[in-house]
Amino acid sequence: MIADAGSAGTDPRAADAAPVVVVRELTRRFGALTAVAAVSFDIRPREIFGILGPNGSGKTTTIRILCGLLAPSSGEATVAGIDVVKEPDAVKSRIGYMSQAFGLYRDLTVEENLRFYGGVYGIGAAIRERIGWAMETMRLERAAGQLAGTLSGGFKQRLALATSLLHQPPVLFLDEPTAGVDPAARRVFWEIIGELARGGTTIIVTTHYMDEAERFDRLAFLSRGHLTALGTPPEVRRAFGEGLSLEDIFVQLQEKNG
Amino acid sequence: MNRARLGSIFWKEFIQMRRDRATLGMMLGIPVVQLMLFGYAVNMDVRHLPAAVLDLSHTQESRALVQRFEATGNFRLTRTARSYDDALHLVDRGWVRAAIVIPEDYARLMKRGGPAQIQVLVDASDPTVSQNGIAAAQLVGQRQNLEIVTSRAGLAARAERLPLDVRVRPLYNPALKTAIFIVPGIIGVLLSNMLIIITAMGIVREREAGTLEQLIVTPLTRTEIMLGKIAPYVVVGYVQMTAVLVLGSLLFRVPIRGSLLTIYLVAFVFIVASLGLGLFVSTLARTGAQAIQSSFFFLLPNIMLSGFMFPREGMPAFAQWLGWAIPLTYFLQVLRGVILKGVGIEALWPQTLALVGFAVLYFTFAVQRFHKTLD
Repeated sequence: MIADAGSAGTDPRAADAAPVVVVRELTRRFGALTAVAAVSFDIRPREIFGILGPNGSGKTTTIRILCGLLAPSSGEATVAGIDVVKEPDAVKSRIGYMSQAFGLYRDLTVEENLRFYGGVYGIGAAIRERIGWAMETMRLERAAGQLAGTLSGGFKQRLALATSLLHQPPVLFLDEPTAGVDPAARRVFWEIIGELARGGTTIIVTTHYMDEAERFDRLAFLSRGHLTALGTPPEVRRAFGEGLSLEDIFVQLQEKNG
Repeated sequence: MNRARLGSIFWKEFIQMRRDRATLGMMLGIPVVQLMLFGYAVNMDVRHLPAAVLDLSHTQESRALVQRFEATGNFRLTRTARSYDDALHLVDRGWVRAAIVIPEDYARLMKRGGPAQIQVLVDASDPTVSQNGIAAAQLVGQRQNLEIVTSRAGLAARAERLPLDVRVRPLYNPALKTAIFIVPGIIGVLLSNMLIIITAMGIVREREAGTLEQLIVTPLTRTEIMLGKIAPYVVVGYVQMTAVLVLGSLLFRVPIRGSLLTIYLVAFVFIVASLGLGLFVSTLARTGAQAIQSSFFFLLPNIMLSGFMFPREGMPAFAQWLGWAIPLTYFLQVLRGVILKGVGIEALWPQTLALVGFAVLYFTFAVQRFHKTLD
């Protein structure tokens, strides 16, 4: 059911697989404030990659640069083979992006939002089938004719996810996808995300919920724009001492930098 | 540009416009209401000015003169003043717009062969009103003089026998009705003002609703987004124009002498120019309030400098130059030319070309100003 955008055969998540996202010394300043400071990391195919950090740590800025929505002050970034610094518009058809705040049209129904975004991504004749897929996978059938503005948090979130996946992008960016969503809806959401990754999509997620961090294949800690830790959850825990939870480490890192 | 993407954004903008009932009602209701207001209320042909009379002569001659004033139809004698100060006072307080003062010695001097002086006090605080009053008063004087001079020369005081008879033939609007002049102009003013304000909100609304980010992360190009924003309002513009044309000819008997097709074709260019200007404003503004404020910057010049209300011939050179920078100036000439004079596109191509230039210019500005990034 879910797009297979990765290569078949060997486990593409192996460390030697060619990375889908390459970030080198990425820096973004807003006036005197440095929101992202010389951050570097690679993301491999089919990974669920988490970017963690408190509010204002540069998570959203990083994601926006990778989606071509913001120009970096310096540094390099490649997403799905495209240099987003040089060609910010070229990357847009190859990624899915779900913004932090609900960004769909509240005065359009669920189905109309899907039709609009399907058309905008140019999926053509497949649109009917893709909307059917989205409705079913994201469990939206019940709300098809409802105005998006009247949906509950969980429905809104799944609709936003559905619209960002209609064109079967190989890379998916989710900016704080579970903020303001109840625990049951969050569990459903993570099940869908897991299924997508198994289907071949590379997924980059920001969050400040530490309990969600255990679901990530690898994660990066950001604090005041600096990368302070990078690795799998067990690696990160080992680096900071056994017996500590990710939440403890998170608080520790924040205090150190604060 | 991609047809599927363009089609999608047109479709979405049309749905959103249809769902916003309040704005839609306003866009269709306001032209009708404004047409009624302007059409019935704006009358620059000032008749029946309330006037006072101070007749100190109290003679047959003075009464005949007062009657002559009244017979012009420009004055309606509503008051009788007791003294010169009283006459001034009546004008001061706004009870009357003019006062006719006939001195005590009027009849005596007239009999002696003059010159006799009379005075007409005119409230000139409103130039349009006062000009009508002054012209009418002078006309009364001239007629009176002519009669006296001709009778002295032994001729019968009959206008037909005068050696020179100037006949004026008013073309296009023989009854000199203001409505006929105003209604075609209303089409242009309404179109540009409504369309500028509505599109000025276009991009800002996406920004304020938080939908801009999701929209610009798609492969839609800047031009596609901008075209999508104006497409529904081209239709609205045509509906508004048709409503004013139909009502104008039904209620105010505005004749449509030229080709409707010409008007509708040139209107397309004008609508796109107005929408382009609105969009440009929209890309400059960060908030809805800013968008409205800056579109007002363009609205008053539209009315004042375009020739809609005031003749451009009377303006100083710099104001005329400013007028040339306003698309409405050209469109008004097209509207009046086609509707009232019945001229065709062959006489109006300079105006049409100017409008094409504005449409391209503003739209290009808007696309250039709009960036598909968040900073």
